[in-house]
Amino acid sequence: MADLITYRDAVAEGIAREMRRDPAVVCLGEDIGAAGGVFKTTVGLFAEFGPERVRDTPISEQAIVGMAMGAAMTGIRPVAEIMFSDFLACCWDYLANEIPKMRYMTGGQVTVPLVIRTANGGGLGFGAQHSQAVENWALTVPGLKVAAPATPADVIGLMAAAIRSDDPVVFFEHKGLMAGRGAVPPDGHVVPLGQAAVARPGSDLTVVALAATVPIALAAAEEVDAAGVSVEVIDLRCLVPLDMASVLASLQRTSRLLIVEENPLQGGWGGTVASIVADEGFELLDAPIRRVAAECVPLPFADALEDEVIPTTAKVVAAIRTLLQY
Amino acid sequence: MTVSIDAPELLRLYEQMAVIRGTEKAAHDAFLAGLVKGTTHLAAGHEAVAVGASAALRPDDYVFATYRGHHHAMARGASPAECLAELMSKATGVCKAKGGSMHLTKASAGMLGSYAIVGAHLPIAAGAAWSASLRGTGQVAVAFFGDGATNIGAFHEALNLASVWSLPVLFVCENNLYMEYTPIGSVTAADHPAADRAASYRLPAQVVDGNDVVAVAEAVGRAADRARSGGGPTVLEAETYRHFGHSRTDPATYRPADEVEAWLNRDPLDIARRRLADLGVPQEDMDAVAARAASAVAAAVAEAKAAPGPDPAQAFADVWADGGYQWRT
Repeated sequence: MADLITYRDAVAEGIAREMRRDPAVVCLGEDIGAAGGVFKTTVGLFAEFGPERVRDTPISEQAIVGMAMGAAMTGIRPVAEIMFSDFLACCWDYLANEIPKMRYMTGGQVTVPLVIRTANGGGLGFGAQHSQAVENWALTVPGLKVAAPATPADVIGLMAAAIRSDDPVVFFEHKGLMAGRGAVPPDGHVVPLGQAAVARPGSDLTVVALAATVPIALAAAEEVDAAGVSVEVIDLRCLVPLDMASVLASLQRTSRLLIVEENPLQGGWGGTVASIVADEGFELLDAPIRRVAAECVPLPFADALEDEVIPTTAKVVAAIRTLLQY
Repeated sequence: MTVSIDAPELLRLYEQMAVIRGTEKAAHDAFLAGLVKGTTHLAAGHEAVAVGASAALRPDDYVFATYRGHHHAMARGASPAECLAELMSKATGVCKAKGGSMHLTKASAGMLGSYAIVGAHLPIAAGAAWSASLRGTGQVAVAFFGDGATNIGAFHEALNLASVWSLPVLFVCENNLYMEYTPIGSVTAADHPAADRAASYRLPAQVVDGNDVVAVAEAVGRAADRARSGGGPTVLEAETYRHFGHSRTDPATYRPADEVEAWLNRDPLDIARRRLADLGVPQEDMDAVAARAASAVAAAVAEAKAAPGPDPAQAFADVWADGGYQWRT
């Protein structure tokens, strides 16, 4: 049996593989050094690479991301950690105005090859300021690439691609997936940015999912499988580049589309996917496009309340059954 | 390196300042003639800060400026023609007409951008300094910013972290007394908005005459030496004054007439001429240099006006490092 690794350890493993390969790769963030990160996603990096390449910072999100940008413009490949994705709001100027626009505004004079990693998503009862799924924030800004892996192997493979990318990448690590285990990919494993995966083949309906909604979609697919329904699950892996070719190809097989996203319905990434399918895949469809997304309220604290708001297997199963009636 | 400026060097700096002054006036005229869209934030009056600092830096050092950054772009080597072409939306603009007045950048000369979100570039400059120290190149990074930037969080985050990491970065405030239309003193709990804050971050600071190109060069030279030898950042506060309003829509009527007159009497070009005279340079030599600067600007204006507009395909170029803009399959 192959060795297993947790999603959490895969983050450090993915970074370490790139730091061994390229001395220009450095890390910075709050508590990422000897402490190994509050989510323990950088354990071992400080010991292996030392304080020059794995640097603790103060609680200064603008300095963390701004310094990563300046270093990236001058020959370094920084991997900056923003502890919780909610805190991206504290340095959003850099993600909205600085990092994605620098190359374009200067007529291509500079590149900004950096990764901003951040723990994203709910389901752990952290309340409204530490539980949001904010991948849709990054999707609104032309000039940012956006990755959000669902499996340990994809964490490692997408981390390699993100760090090697000459473009800025926002890398969402889902808090609810950290303890999950999967096979350790071989050395040199790279998952190119913008290639979706068929997480489960099927013929009756396509579920498009990302990060923590992938296992939710897979569980729902298993549940309806018992009733003879064949669900295909597409794991987008990235929002930018957005692999619409894989989604449209899946709809050729299934003719029904359900999108499952953890960010709120209002402004969520599923709206972009749905609009492209409506525009370019209308003839493929035998049913309306449906979205299961977070409700449009701040995230509540109690588990029983949070489950009301974010996608669950039961909500996905119900949506699948509705779509199959067409 | 101790900066020592002899007569030929000072004459060269005077000419650079005269070219910048002339280009800023030409930009103003071009705006009034309808050749420049959007807005401009002219740096006439601030020339000695850019030219003095640049004279004290190595060619491979990094400079970061604000939306009032024409003088820094030119001081680091962008030509007046490519700057004016950028303002006039021409294909030959220094940023291919994709940046505009507020974003002049000349990366090949270490001028790594003009930033139009106040204070944002202080951490970015600190990051370039971090990079230089990681790579062991001995380069320094310089962030030029206005007095208004000293009240934004990024200023404080950058000074603190740059001090803790002892980075080779210089924080140079161009204090022109006004945060846009508001006197900086009326909204700031410090007499010297940059220099007085430095001690909070265990950084040395110096207030310098920002209209004296020699004083600026000497101060920047000392701070750069200190940074290169591992001594960490320095805060410099260069006191200066805008000759135009904040931006092109601003006639600057909020500034008292006697204050304006006093500062116009301290014009950095005049101060340089007095210094040149003290060094024994004849007036005719200065006049000849000024005339050469004026003809260089006139040629730059003509060149920029004659340049073609951008190829529409440029709208879709250089979002990504591969030159393209595709965001989906």
